[in-house]
Amino acid sequence: MIEPGLYHMLFLSAALFFIGVYGFFTRRNLVTMLMSIELILNSVNLNFIAFNKYLWYDKLDGLFFTIFIIAIAAAEAAVAIAIIINLYRSHKSIDVENAEELKY
Amino acid sequence: MSGSTIIFYLLAALTLVSGLLAVTTGMIFRAAIYLLFSLIGIAGIYFWLQYEFIAAVQIIVYVGGIVVLIIFSIFLTQQAGEELPKQKMGRQIFSALAAFCGLALVLVQLVQHEFVITNGKRIEPTVANIGNQMLGVSDGGYALPFEVVSILLLAALIGCIVIALKSKPETE
Amino acid sequence: MPNATLILLIILLPLAGFVMLGIYGRKYFQNTSGIIGTTLMLISTVLALYTAYGYFFEYVKVDGVYQPLVPLKYTWLQFSDGVSIDMGIIIDPISVMMLVVVTFISLMVHIYSLGYMKGDERFPTYYAFLGLFTFSMLGLVISSNIFQIYIFWELVGVSSFLLIGYYYDKPSAVAACKKAFIVTRFADVGFLIGILILSFYSRTLDFNTLIERLTSAESTEFKSAVAASFMGISALTWGLVLVFIGGAGKSAMFPLHIWLPDAMEGPTPVSALIHAATMVVAGVFLVARLFPVFAISAPNALSLVGYVGAISALIAAIIACTQTDIKRVLAYSTMSQIGYMMFALGVSKYGGEDGLGYTASMFHLFTHAMFKALLFLGAGAVIHYIHSNEMKDMGGLRKYLPITHITFLIACLAIAGVPPFAGFFSKEEILLAAYQNNTAVYWIALITSGLTAFYMFRLYFGIFWNKEAHAHGEHKNEGGFAMMIPLVLLAVGASAAGFIPFGHFVSSDRTRLETEFHLMFSIAPVALGLAGIFIAMWMYKKQNDRPDKLAASLNGLYKSAYHKFYIDEIYIFITRKIIFNLIGKPAAWFDKNVVDGLMNATGNSTKDISETIKGFQSGKVQSYAIYFLVSIIGLALLFIYIWK
Repeated sequence: MIEPGLYHMLFLSAALFFIGVYGFFTRRNLVTMLMSIELILNSVNLNFIAFNKYLWYDKLDGLFFTIFIIAIAAAEAAVAIAIIINLYRSHKSIDVENAEELKY
Repeated sequence: MSGSTIIFYLLAALTLVSGLLAVTTGMIFRAAIYLLFSLIGIAGIYFWLQYEFIAAVQIIVYVGGIVVLIIFSIFLTQQAGEELPKQKMGRQIFSALAAFCGLALVLVQLVQHEFVITNGKRIEPTVANIGNQMLGVSDGGYALPFEVVSILLLAALIGCIVIALKSKPETE
Repeated sequence: MPNATLILLIILLPLAGFVMLGIYGRKYFQNTSGIIGTTLMLISTVLALYTAYGYFFEYVKVDGVYQPLVPLKYTWLQFSDGVSIDMGIIIDPISVMMLVVVTFISLMVHIYSLGYMKGDERFPTYYAFLGLFTFSMLGLVISSNIFQIYIFWELVGVSSFLLIGYYYDKPSAVAACKKAFIVTRFADVGFLIGILILSFYSRTLDFNTLIERLTSAESTEFKSAVAASFMGISALTWGLVLVFIGGAGKSAMFPLHIWLPDAMEGPTPVSALIHAATMVVAGVFLVARLFPVFAISAPNALSLVGYVGAISALIAAIIACTQTDIKRVLAYSTMSQIGYMMFALGVSKYGGEDGLGYTASMFHLFTHAMFKALLFLGAGAVIHYIHSNEMKDMGGLRKYLPITHITFLIACLAIAGVPPFAGFFSKEEILLAAYQNNTAVYWIALITSGLTAFYMFRLYFGIFWNKEAHAHGEHKNEGGFAMMIPLVLLAVGASAAGFIPFGHFVSSDRTRLETEFHLMFSIAPVALGLAGIFIAMWMYKKQNDRPDKLAASLNGLYKSAYHKFYIDEIYIFITRKIIFNLIGKPAAWFDKNVVDGLMNATGNSTKDISETIKGFQSGKVQSYAIYFLVSIIGLALLFIYIWK
């Protein structure tokens, strides 16, 4: 086991990212899909922090991006859940198959 | 093999395993809890990287905010203890394959890539430094994005209210 | 020098009337539009008379020759050096003469229509159309450029289409106006090709230059035009024949005359305007305009003009004897008289005494305009009174319509060639010209002149004598002053116009031509004319069975003449059976199978493709995400490993 560095962080975030992608593809419940998206966003955050820590330690830009992404993720989650609840009201279900008619 | 290395591997394992469980488990409430653990694991990694401020924000916003929100929405929309509907097998395999291929591609690229490290002076991610730059209006200041994001949050807030507002039945 | 502004005013006043009444007529001038149109026309007429006076009497001739003047010329479209479409005014004896005729007849029709069309709902529109028609016709006669004349030629076609189809709620009128338009358009294609041929070889579109180049045997243009030949006939002759086809279409020459009788569906004053003075003589005018080229360079084309004119004159006269609709009789008589003008041109030669036919033709055009307008307006008065076009509904009207009766009689005498009325003089000149040059045409003309007298007096006796009249309650008078004034004025014209020494003003080479009066020569036609009149009197003055007996004894001829020699049927046979089957059907097949097939194939394949693609837009957000990811991976692979 070697000392963890940039590559470990990037491997970790890539793995987390594709776990999120897999979840997004396979889940049928909208809430769980939202969870997958949160995972994806977190992997991105991790990436930014890793680059900031190991490559660009003379700046704080990566950190700020992370903060803004967290803020936007919060807003996104709130809106998504509002939409999900509204959908549930009208369809009594939050299965993604029922949201198909959004294409019209 | 230092203690710190062991801690990192433990945190990484926690994050990945609970993340994987979060997307595969059949019970929605459990999925939310696994997500919680995964997010906590990431917060731990932030701590491990000595980005304490981000770690704190992660815990407050994600763990304390978003996951709670998700749990509430589960309560609102789901009968507890119900099995989630399964996706078709073909779709599951195909998705796994696609995700694995993507991961392989990214990892191959990562390994092949040579990163260039800056040689500037290190800036510690202390709360003081973050605060100065976040609200600074000089070069490199983030005051404008900060304001923009705050407006976005406000808009999202109003949007949520409008969307989730229960429309009154028109007649009766 | 005539004033260009004045001449421009003559033309533009009717146009102004058209624009004003056409746009605002129904809104502001519902009742006054007739007065407005007539006033503008009156000014125009006065200006035309003034111009004519100035040109013929004050303008100093050069060596006794009236010079063609171009007081205004504006280059409109320049194609290449020397070839341009100009908008110009040409002033020479025939155009001045036509200006007077057109404005005068148009004025008469305007005044007459005040009474005749009174109370019509589309009164302003009617006057607007009249203005447009007059404008087009005036523009045609003063055109200095062969393409300009073509433009106005088409305008005349359009406005006659509008006027014939004025009663657009009557299916027969709609059919008639379409027929007139299509037949004349068909002929105009010939005209256009003729223009192209002539201008191609002469390398100009300007009348004066064109005539100059194509009449002098030394010019290179003339040589090239004569040298080039198609089917053994020189290009020049072809061009002129094609131009003549255009003229024959407008002038209703056999076999393109079929539209003229049907055109009687228009209001009667319009018939007077179109079929007396203006549109139908456009063809004659065109041949006269290009007469030097016809006479000097292409005598074959000119003899064709002569024979077509003679045949038309004879056939129309025979048909006219059998028709019962009075306007149709007049229409065929018009065709017959236009035939006279045509063959008069056809037997003429260029210059000096030999150019008698040309003068005679123009003279006949002038007098014919007077008496034929009078006949139509008289017929209009009768129709106005009776509300019918059919001769069997008429009879004994001389007591009820005294002024119409007298004026109609004058017109009939004039057209029959009884001295001293106008028709006599012009007809004698034509016959003389024919006698001197072509005996066959002379005999045809002589027979026709007898027939003319017969059918005109058949009409006259049929309307005003024959059976006893039964009173028509609605109209006690003849239609008021507005309708009577033009009749009287035209009657004066028809009686006196013959005394104008026409040869002094209009001749083929624009010099002074003395026309002599040959007493001995005149005996035959006058005697024949009087014989025709007496036969008509014998048959139609009192109601009897003589006409039926005669018709029965000439059964075959009568029947075929009554059916206009089946020319309409031949046309229908040709179009329906031959053109539709041989050209229309293959074209339809091509359209249906190849053109439509191509379109359908495009449409169907597009539909098939979109049916396939449609599956991708399933609305399943996860599918979208998968497509997205797979595409991204694919693109990444493409850019990283393949497309470095």
